[in-house]
Formats: sequence, C-alpha cells, structure tokens
Amino acid sequence: MDLPNVRHRGLKRTGVIAALVVGAMFAGLPVLWMALSSFKSNSEIFEYPPRLLTDNFSLDAYTTILTDPTKLRFFLNSYVIGLSVAALTLVVAIFAAYAFSRYDFPLKRVLNVVVISVQAVPPITLLIPYFGLMVTLGLYNTYPGLILTYMVFTLPYAIIMMTGYFNTLPRELDEAVKVDGAGPLTALWRILVPISVPGLVSVGLYTFMIAWNEFLFALTLTRTENMRTVPIGIQLLMGQHSYEWNEMMAMSVLGCIPILILFLFFQRFFIGGMSAGAVKI
Amino acid sequence: MTTRRPPTDDGPAETRRPAARRGRFRRLLTPYLYLLPTAVLLVVLMVVPIVMVIGYSLMDNVITNQNPQSVGLSNYVDVITDPVFHTAVRNTLYFTCVSVLAHLILGLAFALLLNSAFVGRRTRALFRAVYVLPWLFTIAVVAVLWRLIMNPNGVLNYLLDVTGFIDSNVEWLANPDTALHAVTFINIWCGYPFFMISILAGLQGIPKDLYEAARVDGANAVKQFWNVTIPQLKPIIISMALLDFIWTTQQFALIWMTTGGGPINVTEMLSTFTYKLAFSRYEFSMASTSAVVILVLSMILAFFYVRHQRARD
Repeated sequence: MDLPNVRHRGLKRTGVIAALVVGAMFAGLPVLWMALSSFKSNSEIFEYPPRLLTDNFSLDAYTTILTDPTKLRFFLNSYVIGLSVAALTLVVAIFAAYAFSRYDFPLKRVLNVVVISVQAVPPITLLIPYFGLMVTLGLYNTYPGLILTYMVFTLPYAIIMMTGYFNTLPRELDEAVKVDGAGPLTALWRILVPISVPGLVSVGLYTFMIAWNEFLFALTLTRTENMRTVPIGIQLLMGQHSYEWNEMMAMSVLGCIPILILFLFFQRFFIGGMSAGAVKI
Repeated sequence: MTTRRPPTDDGPAETRRPAARRGRFRRLLTPYLYLLPTAVLLVVLMVVPIVMVIGYSLMDNVITNQNPQSVGLSNYVDVITDPVFHTAVRNTLYFTCVSVLAHLILGLAFALLLNSAFVGRRTRALFRAVYVLPWLFTIAVVAVLWRLIMNPNGVLNYLLDVTGFIDSNVEWLANPDTALHAVTFINIWCGYPFFMISILAGLQGIPKDLYEAARVDGANAVKQFWNVTIPQLKPIIISMALLDFIWTTQQFALIWMTTGGGPINVTEMLSTFTYKLAFSRYEFSMASTSAVVILVLSMILAFFYVRHQRARD
C-alpha cells in the first residue's frame, strides 16, 4: 500500500472513532447525569454552573429508599409480577409453539395470523374493558390481575419466537422418542425443551423486561400503594415531593439495575431475541 | 408389524376401523389441545374486551351508569368532531412520523459506524453496549431523567446558554412552542437502539461478495451503500418501521410522565386523550369510542405489517 492511501485510511479511522464518541455522548451522557445526580444533595443538583461530580458524594438518597418499606414493596411487586409473567408465558407459549411447529391442522395459517395481529391491538383499547373485567372477576388491585394482563401482551411474541426456534430443530429428534413408545408430551419436555434453553432464555428475558417496564395497566389496574410496581413508584415519588430529585434519580437507578444486570450477562440472548422477534416474525 | 405401531397410528382399515377412527380423531385434536391455554387467554382477555369496548362505545355511559342505553353512533360523531381529538390526531402523527424517521436514520447511522471495518471487536462491543443503554431504561425512568435535564435550571439550558444557542432559560416541557418537539426528542433518544440492533444484525448477514462485485464494477462507498446495503436491508427496515409506527402511535407513559398532554393540549396524543376521557372525566363510553377509533387505525397498520411479513416468507 502506498503512503497517501495509508494516510487516507488513518483519516477515515479517526473520523469513524470521532463519530462513535459523539454518538456515545448522545446515548450515555444523560444516563451518566442521572447516576451522578443520585449521589448529590438536592441543592447541588441545580447548582449553577452545574458540575458533573460533587465534593460531597453521598449515599443518602439510596439509604432513604432502601430503608423505606413502601418503596421496597414496589420492587418486590415488580419482581413477583415480572418473574411470574416470564414463567407462565413460557409454559403456555411452549405448548402453542409445539402445535405450530410440529402439527399441520386446518386452522393453522389463520391462527398464526391471529397471533401476529393481536400484537398490534393498542393497549389503550383494552384498558377500559379490562378495568371493568378485573373489577367483575375480583382481580382488580391483585397480582393475578396484572400477571394475566401482561401475559396477553407477551404471549404472541413468545409464541412466534418459540415456533421459530422449534422450527430450526430437526423433527427427527422428537420423532425418535415417539418411536420408542413415548407420547408427544414426553418428546416435548424431555427433548425439545432442554435443547431450546437459549431460545427460552431470550424469550423469558424479553417477557420479564416488558412486565418490569409496563406503566399504563400498572397505573390503572392497581389502587393501593402495596400493589404498585416500580414505574408507578417513580411516578408517585415525583408527585409526592417533586423537589427530591436525588431520591428520584436513586430510585431510577435502582429501577434499571435488574434490566442492566440481565443485559450484561445475557447480551447475546437479548440481542438475538430482540432482532429475531422484530425481523423474522 | 401392526402391534409395534404406536396406538395413535392408523392400522389397516378393515381390521382396526374403530380404533383407527378414534386415533385419527385424537391426532386431529392434539394440536388444538396444545393451543387451548393460549386460546382461552386470548379469548377471555382479547376477544371479549374488544367486543366489550365496541359495545361500550355504542352506549350512553357505562361503568358510572347502572342501566346504560344504546345511543347508536352518536358517541362517534361527538369524538370525531371534538377539536381536542383533532389536535391529538395531529400531534400523534407528528410525534410518530418524526420519531420513526429519526429512529431509522440514527439506528442506521450507528449500525454502520459499529459495523465499520475500522472498529475492532472489543471497541464495537463497548460502544454497542453504550448505544443500547437508552433502550434498557423503563419509560418512567426516561421521563424523570429528561425532566431533570430539561428543567428550566437544568443542565440542558446551561449547555445551550454557554454555547450561545439560547439567551434565556427555556422551560422545554412547559412551553407550548417547544413541548411537542421536546417529547418527540426524548422518544427518539430512547427508541433508536431497537433499529440499530436489527440493522446491525442485517448488515452482518449481507454476503461480502456483493460488495466485491460492486467494487469490481467501480462503485465507490456511496454507490455501494445505495445499491447494495440499502436494497439488502430493505425488508428489515420496512418491518421495523411498520412495527415502530404501530408502537409509537400508542406511546402513553412518556407523555403522561413528562407533560401529561399539556400545556394547553400541545402534546395531547390519542392515548392520553382516551385515558383522560376515561379516568379524569369518567366518560367511559366516549373513551371507548376513541379507543375503538385507535383500534381501527392500528388494525389498518397491522394489515400492512402482516402482509409485508407474509410476502417475505
């Protein structure tokens, strides 16, 4: 390679790295600002000129939240609901995906389109009847009420993902078990499910995340503080004392940590599930 | 031979007719049994509510009224002629179109940067993690975070002030001139990673020899981008844009927690308009009517999405 060409490459490389850094600032600086604000005192947060770091690094905001049983309850609720939704959705979706992947039946194409289209039903459309329905069924302001609600939104995605996953596994695998005299259920639970763990993990993570982040139904289908989830807790904090910005930032940081940790450890599954879900439906 | 067959298999027609018929019937039924839990859930929590909301939209007032009477389509006339509804439609369209377009451009730009040959594997992983961050945050957190940053005394005003872009502090979310742009910007910030990740996956799936061939034909980087990259990504881009369009029209939490639809309705969306009808004004029938209108619009979008997906199969 001649010299001008090398310099040209060097320039290009510098340009790309510069653009990457600008992009990272756009994405990362607001997050950094949130995290750093949670360690400041309230007066420092609006100090002029603002400073990124503080001299009086303080964990007070975190201590306040972590010693408040009301706020800890928000976290407990979110975990209970998120984990239940993920587990139940997976079980129901595994059965449905097995039917779509391994059987041919008259209504298959129609049902497939139904499953895809219900994803587009706007939550706000369901909100008003749900409010009536949950009151009638005695599920208003309960865990099962929110869990069932979230399952309706996570199930279609989970079924589509799992069907796609099962389709990549050769039919001979489960057929072999059936020849040995086992029923299709055995084939499903002993063969297909164990080798589908990567797919199940990504669907489970995505499902948990949807439940953890949901706002509209959590706001409308719960009434008492002991049933509220983290996003509603953050909103309540904003309404109650709108000047305690450090506490709100600390609560926000704590509310993001479970998703961040999951993402850190399961990045591969997350990204695989996310792009496959959107693109390969 | 026949004895070793599994019991559900069809035997010779003459000798095992009843068993065979039962077997075939069971085989026919099996997939539906697997789909039963899904079907029950979707009927009880999707079909029934949709029927209910359509029913509500034709009554004078439900939930607050003991014996609601049918009023035909008069709620539809009321909603469709409501000026706030018009504002909500306009705002939703602006918010959605600008968001989707910006998500696409930013997603594509960041994906191309990350996929650049100049970036090593480690660097790519690091930047990808930073770029994905906004998408990992709960909308409630995104809302609180940007309320802090866009506060009149917040850091955004400070930065714009010292760089000379503004000369007095702007109340970004409370000023009627800026509120809609501000919420749209926040939505852009937290939504592009979804595009970025999918486009990145798409980029890595484009066969290298397509670029080789283009280079042999003398195409420069720009030509390669328009004639190879974009056509190859087109199916992904269309799917993502349609999905994002459907989802963004339904955004509620971000608006509710930043501006609540205000000031003076400048950020009112179809979702906040409907929510307020139901849970602030207790006009459950009117809210149902508005919800049905949104449902119809979404189903039109979903139709195109499903058709596009099936055309790709």
